[in-house]
Amino acid sequence: MLEQYVPIGIMMLFAVAFGIVLVNINRWIGPRRPSTEKLSTYESGMEPVRTARERFSVKFYLVAMLFIVFDLEIVFLYPWAVVFRELETAGIVGMGVFLIVLSIGFLYEWKKGAMDWH
Amino acid sequence: MSIPLHYYLGLSAVLFAIGVAGVLTRRNAIVVFMCIELMLNSVNLTLIAFASFMGDISGHVLVFFVMAVAAAEATVGLAIVIALFRNRQTVNIDEINILKW
Amino acid sequence: MSISFQDVIATGPITVVSIVALVVLIVETIRDKTELLTCWISITGLVLAMIVAFTSIENTGTAYSGMVNTGGYANFFAVVFCIAGLLSTMLSKSYIQKENIEHGEYYFLLLLAVVGMMLMAAAADLIIFFLGLELMSVTFYVMAGFVRKRQASNEAALKYFLLGAFATGFLLYGIALLYGSTGTTNIESIISRADILPPNTTFLIGLGLLLIGLAFKVAAVPFHMWVPDVYEGSPTTVSGFMSTGGKAAAFSALLLIFAPKLVNLVGPIQEVLAVLSALSMIVGNVIAISQTSIKRMLAYSSIAHAGYLLTGVVAANASGTKGILFYLIAYTVMNIGAFGVLSTFESKDRQNLTFDDYAGLSSKKPVLAGLMALFMFSLSGIPPFAGFFGKYYVFVGAVEAGYTWLAIVGVLMSVVSVYYYLRLVVLMYFKEQAVISEPTVSSLGLTALVISGVAVVELGIFPSTVLNIIANFF
Repeated sequence: MLEQYVPIGIMMLFAVAFGIVLVNINRWIGPRRPSTEKLSTYESGMEPVRTARERFSVKFYLVAMLFIVFDLEIVFLYPWAVVFRELETAGIVGMGVFLIVLSIGFLYEWKKGAMDWH
Repeated sequence: MSIPLHYYLGLSAVLFAIGVAGVLTRRNAIVVFMCIELMLNSVNLTLIAFASFMGDISGHVLVFFVMAVAAAEATVGLAIVIALFRNRQTVNIDEINILKW
Repeated sequence: MSISFQDVIATGPITVVSIVALVVLIVETIRDKTELLTCWISITGLVLAMIVAFTSIENTGTAYSGMVNTGGYANFFAVVFCIAGLLSTMLSKSYIQKENIEHGEYYFLLLLAVVGMMLMAAAADLIIFFLGLELMSVTFYVMAGFVRKRQASNEAALKYFLLGAFATGFLLYGIALLYGSTGTTNIESIISRADILPPNTTFLIGLGLLLIGLAFKVAAVPFHMWVPDVYEGSPTTVSGFMSTGGKAAAFSALLLIFAPKLVNLVGPIQEVLAVLSALSMIVGNVIAISQTSIKRMLAYSSIAHAGYLLTGVVAANASGTKGILFYLIAYTVMNIGAFGVLSTFESKDRQNLTFDDYAGLSSKKPVLAGLMALFMFSLSGIPPFAGFFGKYYVFVGAVEAGYTWLAIVGVLMSVVSVYYYLRLVVLMYFKEQAVISEPTVSSLGLTALVISGVAVVELGIFPSTVLNIIANFF
């Protein structure tokens, strides 16, 4: 049964080789004359102020936390949308209740200032 | 020819075991939590495998709920870690030891 | 297969508490200074839910396409959870004021935890059981860390969260394996497949993993490590609520899944449960003796009580089940009462009072000391208080099922427990010493304490009031 995987193996070998060649081809044939200006980070013409590797503000984590919950609640909308027609009124009412509960939570975090950056 | 069920079950059992090992050996609260998420997701794989092989819907439904619950847990967990970090400046679970008998 | 309005009515208690919780959140959102209002809204809501649950206790059936049980067992537990929630709310008022954490969210979370507990007791399907369990657990994680500024509270929340989520992983894997081996998530069908299936390894492993998860939630040895730390670090009223409502909810689910029929069919599970039960009784009681902090003593005693309750699950007969239900309602009132008295003596800078802090309390505060003594007598299982009859029925069940050794361990360990419970009473009544800081007890909190005290005595003298209701379920 393993021989069925041989074409896949060959394809993957080709894919990897092709990727390596494409990524490195300009390094092999192109000229390289580096200078300080060229090696610095490209910031749309701006001088980079300091290193990018530093701690993030905790605010990013707070936004991520608020985001992930609402993000995943949307998961329930997709299966619902697929069988939407068969569910008829019960489906609309059920999803309505779900969304109302969700909006109450959203309203709460908004009013409590969880979404203010400062 | 499709992949037999026990391949999926074996993979998810291995993933689950990796998660358990991580929880028991890691000392950073965030990494411990990531290992717990790995455990939950390996269970999701088991559920999906069973559900699709039996052609039954309730396994899929449970997976949706597990994902939503895991997100809620992640949020609460991160919030707890942030609250702790503000007071203690550490997330190392060996240093979090003021409660003991 | 559609959701109708009848389902919403049939699951009345759950609906009422959910709506009230949302109302509390809305009030908290649109108004400032909502502490008093939200407190009273939740009290009203819980009383209403209790009335609804009590009046519809006869209407047994299922709702939401057979996902949720209604009436009978589910409503009995709904009443228990409402009592736990109600007493905790009333006791919390002055405590959270003192701790400077008085926010409407506290009551919102408490109500959500009650909803989760009700879902667990009403679950006819493992999906609902899992959702209820997580709703309860996640709110408990937040409530344990509610005192954001205190390190002990942060630490309790983190420990509870990490260990709780770890246990959830095992529980979920158990559910997945049960689903795989039986092809259904319906609890009733899983139990009925147990005798059709040949001894099936997947099924047994699934049951075992599920048992690990539940044993963690009921705080049975060897899955008890979190209990002392979490109860000590959490706000005292929250510890009281977790130890009673949380334990009752976990046992309600344990009894649904590890129902007598299943336990009798699957021999190994009964043996494992018996070992867990014996270990919990021994470890809980022995370690409780050496504690100096009363909160930690109550935490270890809570482990021991999980052991007594598990004896009823091992017995897997009518007396055992009846005993567990009675025990849970008795444990709810007496343990919330004990934590409630503790909460009145704690102040912002005096946490974790020791036994010596209570010396000579009876002469300064006769009412509080009397109530505390009452709860201690009841917890140690001395007749004629509520705790005695709970233990009695559970142990009778064990003897009937042929587990005499387990009942003997239980009785011996109850004798051991008398030592540390009554040590507190002796200190309060027979030792003179300067008393600790002035207790802050609001009239609301005192009412809750008196209600618990009266219930402890009432259940002890007239156990038949509750037993008659329970007898109809099985």
